[in-house]
Amino acid sequence: MSYEKRPDGRNFDELRPIEAKVGVIKNAVGSASFKIGKTWALAAVYGPRELHPKFLQDPAKGRLRCNYNMMPFSGTGDRIRPGGNRRAKEISMVTEKSLMPVLDLKNYPNTVVDVFIELPQTDAGSRCAGICAASMALADAGFVMKDLVSAVAVGRVDDKIVVDLDYQEEAYEDGPVADIPIAMLPRTKEVTLLQMDGEISKEQMAEALELAKKSVDEIYEFQKKALKEKYTGEQNE
Amino acid sequence: MGLLIEDKSIAVPGEVLAEGMDYLPADGAIREGENVVSSRVGLVHVDGRAIRVIQLAGSYMPKRNDTVIAKVVDVLMSGWRLDINCAYSAMLPLRDATSDYIEKGANLTKFFDLGDYMVCKITNVTSQKLVDVSMKGPGLWKIKRGRIINVTPCKVPRIIGKQGSMVTMIKDATGCKVTVGQNGVIWVQCDDPEKERIAVDTIKKIEAEAHISGLTDRIKEHLDKVSKK
Repeated sequence: MSYEKRPDGRNFDELRPIEAKVGVIKNAVGSASFKIGKTWALAAVYGPRELHPKFLQDPAKGRLRCNYNMMPFSGTGDRIRPGGNRRAKEISMVTEKSLMPVLDLKNYPNTVVDVFIELPQTDAGSRCAGICAASMALADAGFVMKDLVSAVAVGRVDDKIVVDLDYQEEAYEDGPVADIPIAMLPRTKEVTLLQMDGEISKEQMAEALELAKKSVDEIYEFQKKALKEKYTGEQNE
Repeated sequence: MGLLIEDKSIAVPGEVLAEGMDYLPADGAIREGENVVSSRVGLVHVDGRAIRVIQLAGSYMPKRNDTVIAKVVDVLMSGWRLDINCAYSAMLPLRDATSDYIEKGANLTKFFDLGDYMVCKITNVTSQKLVDVSMKGPGLWKIKRGRIINVTPCKVPRIIGKQGSMVTMIKDATGCKVTVGQNGVIWVQCDDPEKERIAVDTIKKIEAEAHISGLTDRIKEHLDKVSKK
């Protein structure tokens, strides 16, 4: 049996509709909102500020600290219990590692830059949406960055290579599924995050990576547009 | 080849600004192979062969000889710790605070208490961002009344204007006393609260529209309009 049609009727290489905006949280130094389909991530940047406890300080450069959090009613099933859990801790860490290669914090020794990523609603692909929002928020805060970071999940559902899986596809039961969240620098296509859940062949993996490269470019255009619109007045209140 | 982006447009990190070796990266841009690439969100400014990306957001970075407005956050044994609106606090040592004779063990809150504001000058910044400030010098004083507002530090040059033209315009139109700290903290004081409000609103307007050209004329018009009411 083969996988013929996606549940929401998209093409296999088609992303869900994207909405991106920066400057959504006025109290933060920089902030962004990134929606892809039903998944919605908000990111707020605070700092650079003094880092406590002091032993965590790095005298050579500033530290990036990310915090990923799903809001209580953001999931499709049960209420998400508030507070940290093992999954959130892992995603916070991989988000940090996917953003660190572009961010230059050597001008801010002994400080920390906090990025809070909140997800009011999720439908798979939340870490990718979080990374997209966080990189826009950091740029909005005026930090020196080599590039933005764009992220998307690719994978296979049965015999098809697909991009931007939603929850129904991730939970597909009639065949093997692989879910591969990837973060890339859009210009150089350097990979800063690559995780995988499921099983996939070498050839399919190569095909999935090519699809990711193409999709990342599409996402980057939305990120770029949102950052520019803040100043060109189209979204000013 | 050549310039890929218009002068005075907005660039985002990683955006290729120019191809080839005809252009040089200046502040806010980097060279990557053959390309000149932006390294932050900002306004593109092409000056001859140099391409610069002018910062539109970001926190204050202390520099020597900057005049800043600071707030006392701690009273120490031999000085004061000040908040200068950035990630690092500044130190005001006793000898740079006052020319009065201070006895050993004297109560330092008599000079500056917690929460007091002052206009001071940065005398030294180390590589680890330890900041020293001084109160000795012309135009440095302790703030006793008026109000303090905060703006984005990179908009400060626009609020001051060329040779202080913008801030002088506000002062003349409203009759307020205004001191702009390089750290984005601004002191405004006027006997007429309505005029004080106009001055604050004008500063906020400059902050919001600093990157749009024709700023001086627009602010002049705004001041004419509001002061006639």
